[in-house]
Amino acid sequence: MFVITCPYCGARDQTEFAYAHEAHIARPTDPESMSDADWAEFVFMRKNTKGIYAERWMHAAGCRKFFNALRNTATDEFLAVYRIGEPMPEVSAEGPATPCGEQPGSGNDAVKIMADDSGGGGR
Amino acid sequence: MARYSAFRLFREGLRGNSGWRPAWRAAEPKPAYDAVVIGGGGHGLATAYYLAKLHGLTNIAVVEKGWIGGGNAGRNTTIIRSNYLYDESAAIYNHALTLWKTLGRELNFNIMMSHRGVINLAHDEGEARQLKRRVEANRLNGVDAEWLDEHGVKEFCPIINISRDIRYPVIGGTLQRSGGVNRHDAVVWGYARKCDEMGVDILQNCEVTGIRVEAGAVIGIDTSRGFIKTPKLASVTAGHTSVIAAMVGLRLPIESHPLQALVSEPLKPIHPCVVMSNAVHVYCSQSDKGELVIGAGIDAHVSYTQRGSIDIIEHQMGSLLELFPIFSRLRLMRQWGGIVDVCPDASPIISKTPVKGFYINGGWGTGGWKATPGSGHAFADLIANDEPNAIAAPFTMERFVTGNLVAEHGAAAVAH
Repeated sequence: MFVITCPYCGARDQTEFAYAHEAHIARPTDPESMSDADWAEFVFMRKNTKGIYAERWMHAAGCRKFFNALRNTATDEFLAVYRIGEPMPEVSAEGPATPCGEQPGSGNDAVKIMADDSGGGGR
Repeated sequence: MARYSAFRLFREGLRGNSGWRPAWRAAEPKPAYDAVVIGGGGHGLATAYYLAKLHGLTNIAVVEKGWIGGGNAGRNTTIIRSNYLYDESAAIYNHALTLWKTLGRELNFNIMMSHRGVINLAHDEGEARQLKRRVEANRLNGVDAEWLDEHGVKEFCPIINISRDIRYPVIGGTLQRSGGVNRHDAVVWGYARKCDEMGVDILQNCEVTGIRVEAGAVIGIDTSRGFIKTPKLASVTAGHTSVIAAMVGLRLPIESHPLQALVSEPLKPIHPCVVMSNAVHVYCSQSDKGELVIGAGIDAHVSYTQRGSIDIIEHQMGSLLELFPIFSRLRLMRQWGGIVDVCPDASPIISKTPVKGFYINGGWGTGGWKATPGSGHAFADLIANDEPNAIAAPFTMERFVTGNLVAEHGAAAVAH
């Protein structure tokens, strides 16, 4: 379970927060011209990165504001939180050892930090 | 390869068990294969098995990052059922259930398949109506299903609490008598042994680090044990489907979440079936070792850490104790998490991709185990023929463009 730092209220238990999935998915500005494939891309396709992932949280049992966070999904370490509208902060993390971030055959106990270019994992 | 039998067991007992041999070879990677399956879990091995058995492709390999049985195959709660609402789902899950029935004999491996019955509980009128609808839909699809009132539930599972005074009283439930549980390790070991017998190389400790694509077609994979050439590559990597797909620049409609399970200390046989509840959200069965096997929901956030949150466990323990007060003094022995790839419609992806020769089977969400043989069977067909068969066709990636989703979330997918 996480301790999440709400940028408005400070550090609180994860149970106070609702997860709101991948951040920075821009709404289409010209929906009339979009094809079905474009809509599928917007509605369904996700980066689902193993590594640094920009995601939204909502402080449901607190200020009820949405905010963004950068979290390493390979270690669950929060690297930054920032308000909606603010630019994504620069964070640094160790490069990936392997795609799964582990020694082959090691099981999953010793997950390692795996960097991502924050556009990667996707394309 | 020597058959396993009662006679053999007896003979080896007399000979100090000196005659047993490893169930599969420790194969060395060849430079090239006709097809490579990424992922040595249940679905991956089943895929390789049916490729070799039904499609004559024996010059193939299964590459596995860890060891056979060490991934999600060893982390699930082994519940088998096929009582899904929609025709497409009923077709694939019931196909799997049919294969499960004879799989032990077919593999010459005791997979401890136990058709002990699966109950899905209803706790309010709305849920009861929805489950009754599902029973009728199941019957139309040839899936055995029946509705039980709360006394019928109590008769089938005597330890359940049907008091009207609890927060979410049990008012009835559906029963699929052919549902049940089996032994996860035995399934993967059995498949691996048969694959090996047919000449399939099982490459453990072999992690895929890259996929080479030339002119839009797969030409091979880079692994921790060197480059392997192959024209057909099948990804069956539950929990890491997006990571593998990203190697060829594909984005998928998948999010990966931790899903936790727990087992209690062993008890004498007390829990005769599988009980699942979507509303209070817990599912529970008793393994042949006597441990209660308990599971529930995913953590909401994306994570690959195989660790879930304690509040999820608290919630499911609360649910369990309301349904089964008799378990209140039980101690829990182990708790673990696995990573599940969840699609927006809670149905899997069995599909070709824009990259020629690259196939994906994944996104089974929280309930892939029950589909293992059916999934492998349909996927092998897709790989061999380069066209999905009738069972796999509804589960292609195109459905996210056309909108033909198989939306099982409301119907079945909360609890698997």
